[in-house]
Amino acid sequence: TGAARPGAATNSWPTDRLFCSAELKEKPDMSKFLVEDIRNFSIIAHVDHGKSTLADRLLELTGTIDKTKNNKQVLDKLQVERERGITVKAQTASLFYSFQGKQYLLNLIDTPGHVDFSYEVSRSLSACQGVLLVIDANEGIQAQTVANFFLAFEAQLTVIPVINKIDLKNADPDMVEKQIEKVFDIPSDECIKISAKLGTNVESVLQAVIERIPPPKVHRKNPLRALVFDSTFDQYRGVIANVALFDGVVSKGDKIVSAHNQKTYEVNEVGVLNPNEKSTHKLYAGQVGYLIAGMKDVTEAQIGDTLYLHNHPVEPLPGFKSAKPMVFAGMYPVDQSEYNNLKSAIEKLTLNDSSVTVHRDSSLALGAGWRLGFLGLLHMEVFNQRLEQEYNAAVILTTPTVPYKAVLSSAKLIKARRAVQQNMMFIDQSRVMLKYLFPLNEIVVDFYDSLKSLSSGYASFDYEDAGYQTAELVKMDILLNGNIVEELVTIVHKDKAHTVGKTICERLKDTLPRQLFEIAIQAAIGSKIVARETVKPYRKNVLAKCYGGDITRKMKLLKRQAEGKKRMRKIGNIEVPKDAFIKVLKTQTNK
Amino acid sequence: MVLPAARTRGLVAAAKAAQRRRRVDSVGGSPSPEPASRRAAVYVHWPYCEKRCSYCNFNKYIPRGVEEAAMRNCLVTEVRTLLQLSGVQRVESVFFGGGTPSLASPHTVAAVLEAVAQIAHLPADSEVTLEANPTSSPASRLAEFGAAGVNRLSIGLQSLDDTELQLLGRTHSTSSALRALAEARRLFPGRVSVDLMLGLPAQQVGPWLRQLQELLHHCDDHLSLYQLSLERGTALFAQVQRGVLPAPDPELAAEMYQEGRALLREAGFRQYEVSNFARNGALSTHNWTYWQCGQYLGIGPGAHGRFTLQGAGGHAREARIQTLEPDNWMKEVMLFGHGTRKRVPLGKLELLEEVLAMGLRTDVGLTHQHWQQFEPPLTLWDIFGANKEVKELLEQDLLLLDHRGLRCSWQGLAVLDSLLLTLLPRLQEAWHQTTPSPAPGG
Repeated sequence: TGAARPGAATNSWPTDRLFCSAELKEKPDMSKFLVEDIRNFSIIAHVDHGKSTLADRLLELTGTIDKTKNNKQVLDKLQVERERGITVKAQTASLFYSFQGKQYLLNLIDTPGHVDFSYEVSRSLSACQGVLLVIDANEGIQAQTVANFFLAFEAQLTVIPVINKIDLKNADPDMVEKQIEKVFDIPSDECIKISAKLGTNVESVLQAVIERIPPPKVHRKNPLRALVFDSTFDQYRGVIANVALFDGVVSKGDKIVSAHNQKTYEVNEVGVLNPNEKSTHKLYAGQVGYLIAGMKDVTEAQIGDTLYLHNHPVEPLPGFKSAKPMVFAGMYPVDQSEYNNLKSAIEKLTLNDSSVTVHRDSSLALGAGWRLGFLGLLHMEVFNQRLEQEYNAAVILTTPTVPYKAVLSSAKLIKARRAVQQNMMFIDQSRVMLKYLFPLNEIVVDFYDSLKSLSSGYASFDYEDAGYQTAELVKMDILLNGNIVEELVTIVHKDKAHTVGKTICERLKDTLPRQLFEIAIQAAIGSKIVARETVKPYRKNVLAKCYGGDITRKMKLLKRQAEGKKRMRKIGNIEVPKDAFIKVLKTQTNK
Repeated sequence: MVLPAARTRGLVAAAKAAQRRRRVDSVGGSPSPEPASRRAAVYVHWPYCEKRCSYCNFNKYIPRGVEEAAMRNCLVTEVRTLLQLSGVQRVESVFFGGGTPSLASPHTVAAVLEAVAQIAHLPADSEVTLEANPTSSPASRLAEFGAAGVNRLSIGLQSLDDTELQLLGRTHSTSSALRALAEARRLFPGRVSVDLMLGLPAQQVGPWLRQLQELLHHCDDHLSLYQLSLERGTALFAQVQRGVLPAPDPELAAEMYQEGRALLREAGFRQYEVSNFARNGALSTHNWTYWQCGQYLGIGPGAHGRFTLQGAGGHAREARIQTLEPDNWMKEVMLFGHGTRKRVPLGKLELLEEVLAMGLRTDVGLTHQHWQQFEPPLTLWDIFGANKEVKELLEQDLLLLDHRGLRCSWQGLAVLDSLLLTLLPRLQEAWHQTTPSPAPGG
């Protein structure tokens, strides 16, 4: 009811003064929002703790979107995001909300929840003064809750803990309050207990945003200083840069300069994100929105770049660390004739995801392709899925590899992964936080899966880069009848050479077609053989029945096989079909 | 068997005609052989079975009732049409396959043979084979087929183990099969062939070899050993997929094959083709035609044929497939005189590829003389003489190339399909080097 929810009837932009029926086509006047009426905030959470659902409710409450049953993860625009229930790409929405007779502009910057995307989180946070830290009342603090808290804490942001899902049967908000107090040192009375799903108590979240998060410290009168915190690419309009204005004003027709590349651009359009782009006359200091300025390439809108007015240079804002790829993978077209299509698909996709690094590469087995760097495994999977879904591209993804520096001489699960314990902290009676130093190649492939299955899903995991360490790594060759298979040369830790070698040999044994002679498959380190498998020769390979009606079929089959043979790679006198490598590379695990 | 008077008269007339033909021909002395383009084998497909065998994916139907007279008329019409189209003047063999052609009436067989003899020369010593199921072949019926002109039987015995026969979905038992075999031999001495399968799920080498040895006590002069191939769409395939039956072990099948062919060699059989063994010269001339890439007409639903149209000139041999489904096939035959659904012209290279692939299945392989009959642009020496990969096969004793021609060694024959993956591309390569711009379709 209206009484119970003060401001609910008058809080929304479309029905209020900004969008009076007479001036529906008019662009909103953003000058009405003074700096002290602006709040920039983010929602951060562990995966599945309900971040996107809370965002939906906030959008509904402020009339930004209609309140219907269909509002599910409105800010998750990509198909892959909705399918996987994760947020990959940061999204921004400007909310208009009246509280105690005053109209506020609340800029919500949605952030990805997964550890792989903490880069996106950190750059979103730089445009904020506060965060909502959402924690599941059932699961309590999880690994990424901790990681995200520290990102916000380091950025000196106000943290509002929000305990979500209190409607669930096993919810224990009091226990979670205690955890928050213990781990984050936030008094338990600061926690807001809500059910985003049912909308319970969500209103008080908005009020806390206004009351607890400070307005941005900016000055409208200073010359323009805008931070680029994200960018997307639109086929028709070019680069759309998401900006947070720290000082000054920007409007259509302004000449702006990128502090990074020193190029000058003319602003074609400015506006707010609602959550779709809505153009405005101007954007003012403290506000968050977008601008389009004839940039042709997302690399021109570098994340962390500062934009200023032509002839009014300013001190650039501290940029962020650029994304550092943690996982690499070879990506190849399934069919080489698809190379150019895949190339353009990758180019388009990286326009919207500048954290992916791309280098041309080629493999004897797979032809021309790329070596791509990703922020993590999920990031890699998401990228692959987007290629398939949005560009209909079929690719072969080879085993991810992690960067080594070339000075190559270098609990049970954790022990087997060459980890060193750093510290341990009990979060409460039933939870413990362990910190380990891991070699990255031990965790990129399936550590998280193994951890989850060993702990029956209770353990959660997060990591950050701890730099390079020396390790005893060796180069392992795979040989077929004594000839090295270059496609399968692997870097592996000395202690695991045997296991890895054995796995590769077994996989090859299963995929190599039998030939007229025996094939010895060996894994070798230097001259030492660490594993061996044998493919027996064919003793019988001839169609039993071949009469009138069978001949056409038989000839077709033989010709197809002969064609396939032409495409095989010859190693010594052994013919190896390319998909044999693919099968080995695709599923190979560095355990 | 009670037949209406009219049909009985027809049957008797046809049988008498067949016998007359045989007498006439045997008196007439050796006929002058027509050129290869005027000669052909005829395959007649009888598409019906009593019961579906668990391994069979052939074009066969389990009918509620066969309109045999209509079927017979259509077979007769089609064989006439195709003989006329092909301009074939001499038919050297006729093979009634299926399905289960021994379920057809002898009258039908006689009528087809009569039609052939009316249009072309069907010498008395032409091989006329009928595939027979042990259960549908009582002695009296076999005799009727003999009277109708059949002079060779191929019996689908498949196994001498009742459990295996059940697994295969066969309607006969070991004892009934052996009884049928004995009767067949009495009626067609020296002209009976039996099929034995190997490589069945769970089948072991020792017991299978004992089956073969047992069969040697009962069989005539011709034997075929077929490795089971699991075909999609069969009950057996589904059972193996579901894990109800173990997948056949190819290693064991290979061993059975090697041991089996060695055993037959010792017993005086010549392995004249990958799966076929004969003694006392009892080779099947009909099948020999396939492997020598002679012409053959395919009659009946789903039958395949390969022949040159009369007047087409040159080498425009066609691969033909008749309409699969019996009812549709009959409609087409009644409308157009034949039920050819698909005609694919065979290019010269394609023909040579078949000559190579089929010829090497036989023990004599590809003789230089045989190869030259197809007027290739290159000799076998030209094509294979200097090739490195072929040389490796020769050195490994899998293949022989000498003054006689190109052929598989004893162990090479068992892996012919692997050898062909080297030989076929080599033939194509040599062909493209000598014929710079191949005409479309060859």
